[in-house]
Amino acid sequence: MEELLTFNYTIPGDDFTRAGEASSSVKNKLKKMGLDSNTIRKVSIAMYEGEINMVIHADGGTITVEISSEKIRMILADTGPGIADIDKAMENGYSTAPEEVRSLGFGAGMGLPNMKKYTDYMNIDSTVGVGTTVTMDVRL
Amino acid sequence: MTIETIKTLLDADILYGSKYLEHEVNYAFSSDMMSDVLAFATDHSALITGLCNPQVVRTAEMLDIVCIIFVRNKIPDQNILSLAEEKEIVILYTGHGMFTACGILYSNGLLGGA
Repeated sequence: MEELLTFNYTIPGDDFTRAGEASSSVKNKLKKMGLDSNTIRKVSIAMYEGEINMVIHADGGTITVEISSEKIRMILADTGPGIADIDKAMENGYSTAPEEVRSLGFGAGMGLPNMKKYTDYMNIDSTVGVGTTVTMDVRL
Repeated sequence: MTIETIKTLLDADILYGSKYLEHEVNYAFSSDMMSDVLAFATDHSALITGLCNPQVVRTAEMLDIVCIIFVRNKIPDQNILSLAEEKEIVILYTGHGMFTACGILYSNGLLGGA
């Protein structure tokens, strides 16, 4: 069986200034593994957008990163409010983020579209009132 | 264009990264919305922004941005500067507004990203 390298992160939901630390950690790990900069950037941006979303919308959550010889898989799971209309949420510019989030530089409605743009596969599994799990792959 | 040239053209002050002034910047992007910035990933870019919080540096880190230029005399706090130092990202600030700062750099040959 193929060896899988796994990293787990718990994302705190109450500290916007620390949002992105998990993505930064993954970026450093991938750099040390010697992956090409384009792949690293795609993983970093997609995970960072997801991490920010968790802090903004879901009071945090968990991120699992699995690295195999074929792909890097990111699984972002939260127990937040869920996404009522996923198709709408995928539209460029659509956002439900409150005004204070916009003043912090996010909530432009580009997060999910960016995550899709930089990954080769993305699936959103969400139930209103229960939570959201986003799975993203970047092929190697 | 080197970061040194950007600093001179914008009459900017440097808050971190004087050892990297000779580094080249090929493109620039300006926005206060970080997700807009994250939609454009181009090597050796500079970010021009009026937003002043640690997520600006985090965004730059994810994109491998080499230099952040804060406009309208916004001076980042020590937290932001420490993060920039950790990530080796040059921090400049200028009294020019965003539009003027962009105009000066563009008219001197610095282009927008993809």
